[in-house]
Amino acid sequence: MSKYLLNKFLYTVDRDPELVERYREDPVDTVTWWEQEKANEILNCAVAEKSTWLAFTDDERKALREQDHVALFGLGAHPFLTLTLFIAMFERDHDPLEYQKAYGRVLRQHYALPYPEIAT
Amino acid sequence: MATVAAVIASTHHPFYYRASTATGADRPPFADEWVAKIETFRETLTKARPDILVMVGSDHFHQLWLDNMPQFLVGKAPYFDANWYNEEREFGLPRMRLAGDEQLASHILRNGLDAGFDLAFSNELRIDHSITCPIITLRPEADLPIVPIYTNIFAPPLPRPGRFVELGRTIRQLVESWPIDKRVAIIGTGHLSLELGGPRQFGEHGPDPEFDRKAVDWIASGDIDGCLSEVTLDSLHLPGNATHGFMDFMLMMGVAGAGAKADHVDSLDLFHTMEAYFTWYPNGAPA
Repeated sequence: MSKYLLNKFLYTVDRDPELVERYREDPVDTVTWWEQEKANEILNCAVAEKSTWLAFTDDERKALREQDHVALFGLGAHPFLTLTLFIAMFERDHDPLEYQKAYGRVLRQHYALPYPEIAT
Repeated sequence: MATVAAVIASTHHPFYYRASTATGADRPPFADEWVAKIETFRETLTKARPDILVMVGSDHFHQLWLDNMPQFLVGKAPYFDANWYNEEREFGLPRMRLAGDEQLASHILRNGLDAGFDLAFSNELRIDHSITCPIITLRPEADLPIVPIYTNIFAPPLPRPGRFVELGRTIRQLVESWPIDKRVAIIGTGHLSLELGGPRQFGEHGPDPEFDRKAVDWIASGDIDGCLSEVTLDSLHLPGNATHGFMDFMLMMGVAGAGAKADHVDSLDLFHTMEAYFTWYPNGAPA
């Protein structure tokens, strides 16, 4: 599990308007590029100073590529991060609150308490 | 010595700004009732004639991140820019800039450390809706200096509920020991039952109305022991996956003091959460 990296992807994309659009339009390419170029950048440090060890598991990479919020919830992605990013990408295609309600409805088909652990 | 002119606790619904400013067909049916409650709530602060606002809130993964996450952080800066791109995007929140009070922040930091809280500090803190929402609701002029205090209710492992109550008690003592003759209002925002990004989100009411009723009673009556006897880090998962924000309400119960009955109590049952508003006057209600 690399739950930290999963959250780091969601966090860094959510805060960048260009990345939000790029991830919406081409998730496979965006996830591949991000893992190669950005995953090991230490936030708030000079770009030359990088980590050497961060990588997604196959399940995490697949869930991000498929923008699968059910799988991300199961993998322990922070639900606030997933929700806020996915609202940014998909709410525009729906009536008010329609996307958010459907999001919860699908999760109800798969999860009840206790929810997957979100501690990193 | 400083005076605690008011202690205020509330929810911080980011949609209030949009709902209260919407017109015509865009204005939601609950907006007028919501605005009326907020205007009454606002008057409880106005009457207290504060000079400075100590504001307790929580960063929502805007500036504070998992590479370096503090549990409790005091903002010590001359100014605080506010609200973030993704809050503008989702809630329509405006960009803001608030003045800070570095002298009171320094006093809280030094004496808070000495009181046993390993407080982090920030000299460049961009604040988010947990602090700007109460500015919008309670002091829309945004004309008073603030000392922001962030708590971690968001990124486990979290401090336990009792620690929040203790920090609240300590903040009250720290403000009252500040040797400057100013009127300080201590304002904090949290949640009642709340689910975000989970199966129970965006229902007709908050995910656990029974918890909400009990929580309002605990807060309104200052029943810290009753609250602590039922609320744990584990139990807070039950009313909703974002309900750990209730610990900021518990912090404010610590500020108000055990057994302190709130002078103003109000709530509003919205479509996916219960809003709640409390004001105490530790030195008596203003005339």
